[in-house]
Amino acid sequence: MANLLEIAGRETLSQLDYVGSLNIQLWATLRGMRAALPLVGNRHRWRAAVHQMLEIGVDALPMVALMAMCSGFILAMQGASELRRFGALHYVIDLVAVGFTRELGPLLTAIAVSGRSGSAFAAEIGTMTVTEEIAALKVMAFEPVEFVLAPKYLAALVAVPCLSIVAALFGIFAGGLFMFFSTHLGLLLYFRYVLTSIELRDVVAAMIKSLAFATIIAHVGCLEGLRVRGGPDAVGRSTTSAVVRSTFLVIVADAIFTTIFYFVGKT
Amino acid sequence: MSIISVRDLVVEYDGRRVLDGLNLDIEPGQITVLLGGSGSGKSTLLRQILGLEHPKSGSISIKGTDISTCSQADLKILRRSVGVAFQSAALFNSLSLEDNVALTLREHTALAPSVIDLIVWLKLAVVGLADFGKLHPQELSGGMKKRAAVARALALDPEILVLDEPSAGLDPIVAAELDELILFLKETFQITALVVTHELPSAFRIADRIAMLFDGRLLAVGTKDEIRANQHPRVRQFLNRVPANPVHTPALASYLERYVQSQEAEP
Repeated sequence: MANLLEIAGRETLSQLDYVGSLNIQLWATLRGMRAALPLVGNRHRWRAAVHQMLEIGVDALPMVALMAMCSGFILAMQGASELRRFGALHYVIDLVAVGFTRELGPLLTAIAVSGRSGSAFAAEIGTMTVTEEIAALKVMAFEPVEFVLAPKYLAALVAVPCLSIVAALFGIFAGGLFMFFSTHLGLLLYFRYVLTSIELRDVVAAMIKSLAFATIIAHVGCLEGLRVRGGPDAVGRSTTSAVVRSTFLVIVADAIFTTIFYFVGKT
Repeated sequence: MSIISVRDLVVEYDGRRVLDGLNLDIEPGQITVLLGGSGSGKSTLLRQILGLEHPKSGSISIKGTDISTCSQADLKILRRSVGVAFQSAALFNSLSLEDNVALTLREHTALAPSVIDLIVWLKLAVVGLADFGKLHPQELSGGMKKRAAVARALALDPEILVLDEPSAGLDPIVAAELDELILFLKETFQITALVVTHELPSAFRIADRIAMLFDGRLLAVGTKDEIRANQHPRVRQFLNRVPANPVHTPALASYLERYVQSQEAEP
């Protein structure tokens, strides 16, 4: 029993240490973020941020679009099979539109970005740590947070919400295709119904979630990379850990945000 | 007055004392070699001098500034006068050789791009890599990487050059070429160099002064002749390459015999 308590205590302290490190890193990155901004910052950091935006956003676009299309079809078909029995097939439009705007767009994007870019951040920074590149940056009078983390975080803050919008659009479009083939509802009319179903607060909620997910993915990936000690095997472990932890934290954050928005929406 | 001064330096990792009350003065314009076996604390002392780690107690001053108490801004300014070539070279793999050398010039100076290009070419020419500027680090041999790291360390014309194990892992010819390069840099630029190594021929070729470390303490500091004449048993053991724990064949044989017997005795 004492042993169990000891393990639980040690694990709790370790998790608290992790969350604390994440917060310290977030604060340091926010302070160093000015350098990555266009016009007021350092043009080299901004260029690095744009490069990262292309990698996180543009490169992930086909994958996210395809995932969203498939999920849109699935959601529409599953919804239709139940709603048809009550003669409420037209509610599939609300289901897909609201579901993708509020929930599936940001969540699917976060999972895709976590797998692609979160792991890439951890691997890149982990390798830089192992090969002493991070130490080299410090002795060359650079701030690694400003040099490495800030462009990545800024890029994630821009790319993830944009990808979420794209994911929502493709998911909703897939729902439209389903409605067209199953009920011959014209796509133009379908999108008109979609616009009446979505409210501004749904879009705002989705953007808030996306920014939070981007923060989690970027910082978990970077922290895992910076914590690498040892050789290439440690880089591999950090990459896996980055994906597992960021996906878990994204889902926890999603649950918290959805609960908050649910109660705020009721009042 | 010494350019680097280490006073009563104590460093501990998880309660284990790695450097124990170390005192060392490095004179300007000289090549000081930190000599010692594996685990003697050479690299730890180097990381302390570079301000990458904080000591438990004691102080390190570079050009009269205590690096453990000075502000981050002062430390950054100080770091621009110290060029470092790491053991692993720590070149940025995503950048070409030219860009690696140009990085500090682009970021820390307001020089025109054409001037930076010229300086980069000069630095690469000094280390014999003028024709390889467009290559990336992964396309270079071990010796070329080490020379490229020296070129990068020289970019801002530092007063102090720190080289961590410059000849480790290199064949004798390339190692000798690097020794000549270090001597050339000292004679041409009157640079102060701190070289960490455990290669005896290299140390005795380049050193003006040798500081010998053992178990986190300085055993001897002096000129090459003074070190050669030193009668401390550990210094003699190191210089004469006497094994510390020779393999005792009869003892090993009896141990193996006992092990085999115990395995056979088990049911």
